[in-house]
Amino acid sequence: MNVFAAIGRVTLGFFRETGRVSLFAGDSVSAVARPPVYWWLIAQQLMRIGYFSLPVVGLTAFFTGGVLALQIYIGGNRYGAESIVPQIVALGITRELGPVIAGLMVAGRVAAAIAAEIGTMRVTEQIDALTTLSTNPIKYLVVPRLVAAVISMPILVAIADSIGIFGGYVVGTASLGFNGSIYLKNTVDFVTRQDVTSGLIKAAVFGFIIALMGCFNGFNSKGGAQGVGAATTNAVVSASILILAANYILTSLLFSR
Amino acid sequence: MSGVAAVPKIELRGVKKRFGDKIVLDGVDLAIQPGHSQVVIGGSGTGKSVMIKCVLGILRPEEGQIFVDGQEVTHLKGSARDTVLKKFGMLFQGAALFDSLPVWENVAFGLIQGRGVSRARARDIAIEKLAKVGLGSDVAMLSPAELSGGMQKRVGLARAIAADPEIIFFDEPTTGLDPIMADVINDLIVSTVKDLGVTTLSITHDMVSARKISDHIAMLYKGRIVWAGPTAEIDSSESALVDQFIHGRAQGPIKMEVRA
Repeated sequence: MNVFAAIGRVTLGFFRETGRVSLFAGDSVSAVARPPVYWWLIAQQLMRIGYFSLPVVGLTAFFTGGVLALQIYIGGNRYGAESIVPQIVALGITRELGPVIAGLMVAGRVAAAIAAEIGTMRVTEQIDALTTLSTNPIKYLVVPRLVAAVISMPILVAIADSIGIFGGYVVGTASLGFNGSIYLKNTVDFVTRQDVTSGLIKAAVFGFIIALMGCFNGFNSKGGAQGVGAATTNAVVSASILILAANYILTSLLFSR
Repeated sequence: MSGVAAVPKIELRGVKKRFGDKIVLDGVDLAIQPGHSQVVIGGSGTGKSVMIKCVLGILRPEEGQIFVDGQEVTHLKGSARDTVLKKFGMLFQGAALFDSLPVWENVAFGLIQGRGVSRARARDIAIEKLAKVGLGSDVAMLSPAELSGGMQKRVGLARAIAADPEIIFFDEPTTGLDPIMADVINDLIVSTVKDLGVTTLSITHDMVSARKISDHIAMLYKGRIVWAGPTAEIDSSESALVDQFIHGRAQGPIKMEVRA
């Protein structure tokens, strides 16, 4: 086994995949603007990607806010700074944890579902059938999912922000001895518009990544049940990694002063 | 008619297609005259499906030309490709019905999405086409998953003929069906083709089906057409490859390849 050959193969494979994803993304985005627009399919995907993700996103946000309050209280206690809890919870949730946790949860739920559905359509020739019926599969399958995910994610994150802060509030008032109205006042006074909007911008980008990786892996799945399984795994893993990488890049762009 | 050079409905000239190092089509030449029912036979993995997908534009050949009604379509894209595709109907091997839609919407799909027919009108046409393949209107509201394999093939056939195509492709129409259902599908293909007066291209390795639904047969082997002629002459082809295939002998010039 030649080490250099292996490194070369991996490097070439990486660039080939990056190129293919970029071309796929380009095709998909350029298809968004061109008619026909499948409004009904977009509405259907808004339900499936957005609405049905609410419980899982809400629950994780609640517990994340709660545990954040607990940890900051314990950490802040070392400096006698435990009163900072409401501010840090609000900041942490709106800027980072709201979008990232929601993004990862939706990646697990939605990217997997998209990849499995489109992958099955690929291996059963349903995608070829679309083409023979004068329907562009990118427009019919990819565009509605992309549009729905980009719209849904900021809304989901706005809700996750509220529930996360509420989780911190519940823990803060119930077990850490904060006064409820002071907790809320500190939160509202401290949080700026940019804290929230930066999180919502991230959410939209994450939504794009989730739908794109689900569709790309589904479209390129082959070889029956095993291929669809692999596509589903790849969709979730690649979407999660890209979300975390994009999160770093977006944070450094949005908060560069 | 012989001697008059009619424009073939479909013509492939020197079509080559490879996947990586593997050459699947190695210069396919085939002409199908209007109104003919052409069957292409060949073993599994000889590139029959790839050939059909090249004609439809789902795959792009590296070399060669493909003509439909004398017009070169090899590299068409976008709306020009859509215009050509409107001439085609296709019955897929596994029927490839959309499982998210009820039967009637499957049949009407090309009408609603591709041609902008209203849903109510498309539904009437779908039920009419379903009747043509021997299915009652009670089937229209079912989901494809509720149907047996033979019923799915019928719905696939109804979908293929829904938009009154000029050319129909059949990909292994009898594969996976019991002999009786296979014969029912063969009869349906023959009768619909006769009714509609369409040109057909079918790929199969089922010789019973091939003889029944074709008037011309060609054999694909190692990426090339090794024999082509009228169905009646296939038993006197004088080709060892064809003889081995139509009689299904393990011994002969054709060796089974392990890798697909």
